[in-house]
Amino acid sequence: MTYILIFISAVFVNNIVLSQFLGVYPILGFSKRIDMVPGMTGAVAFILTISTIITYIIQKTVLIPYHVQFLQTIIYVFTIASLVTLTDRVLKRVSSSLYQTLGVYLPLITTNCVILGVAILVARKDLNLMESVVFAISTSVGFGLALVIFAGIRDQLSLVKLPKSMEGIPVALITAGLLAMAFMGFAGLVK
Amino acid sequence: MKQSGVKVFLNGIFKENPVLVLFLGMCPTLATTSTALTGMSMGLATLFVLFASNVVISILKNLIPERITMTAYVMIISTFVTVAEMLIHAYYPAMYVSLGIFLPLIVVNCLILGRVQVFASKNSVFYSALDGLGMGLGFTFALTVLGTLRELLGTGKAFGNTVFPEHYGALIFVLAPGAFITLGYLIAVVNSAKLRKTEDIEDNID
Repeated sequence: MTYILIFISAVFVNNIVLSQFLGVYPILGFSKRIDMVPGMTGAVAFILTISTIITYIIQKTVLIPYHVQFLQTIIYVFTIASLVTLTDRVLKRVSSSLYQTLGVYLPLITTNCVILGVAILVARKDLNLMESVVFAISTSVGFGLALVIFAGIRDQLSLVKLPKSMEGIPVALITAGLLAMAFMGFAGLVK
Repeated sequence: MKQSGVKVFLNGIFKENPVLVLFLGMCPTLATTSTALTGMSMGLATLFVLFASNVVISILKNLIPERITMTAYVMIISTFVTVAEMLIHAYYPAMYVSLGIFLPLIVVNCLILGRVQVFASKNSVFYSALDGLGMGLGFTFALTVLGTLRELLGTGKAFGNTVFPEHYGALIFVLAPGAFITLGYLIAVVNSAKLRKTEDIEDNID
């Protein structure tokens, strides 16, 4: 039951993009192409799950026992950056088809605040390992959902005539605002 | 390349304002501007990190081997973020709580990494310091304006002082949708001012 609640909360109620503001860039920037969405979401889900597990283990076995929690930011950033590089190299060697679907999105992920944000959120919420994994997967599902909806809206939006000063980022932000308002309707689902 | 210090400094505040013109650092901009004070604090924390990393990296730019520049930059930035985090935690515990996870997330603010790569790794310490200050102030300025607007529209207050009674405010502006919508309109206003300026120049040429 807890896992289902975590899932619903992360996908709908506290959607990572629309209510936590993490990973706004992919949404505003390149969600123009709907065919990029599965690859991007897959890459985020992949890295996010692995990095959450690794940072969780580091938190529990190094940072807390040695009372060096203040090093959290530095160590997490370093872990995630090396993880992305490592995944990039391994994917290139092991499977070229997987590399072509996921790999191209990897460099974009390093500066994506979703990964670091989730790692820190998991540590602050004090979830256990299984809950953290479920949380990471649900977050990427929520990210993918926002990305898909937004790409669809942007497709329609490109046909509309807008005032010149509203084109591009401003109208994307306002659309995201309306979408966030729609998502607020889920607020009662989970306490 | 010859450049004047004043120009470098003002560039970040107006002409290339990181939030309103370059669209950098969107995540913290949207997340921490529910009141003017939190917006301003976030801006100042970012200003500190940007200034310090710009200075340190431009001092070390010839010592860092080319292969590990990115890693070295990220390490330096995250060190200063940790410093900022600990200072705020010690002196403003309430602000530490309301900024939440966005304080450590300054590390992945692309404004900082962007400025370090584009400017500090190529320019002297003096100009890098000015660039850091200018860009940081521009960021703080944008966040404070956005925070004030949202707080005013949402609760009728500005920096906690009542301007009009609270029940006239629309609470939605303090919540997540208001962040997107207010920033969207703010950027549109800046855009239209820019467009008008270019039109004026074209008219003069005619």
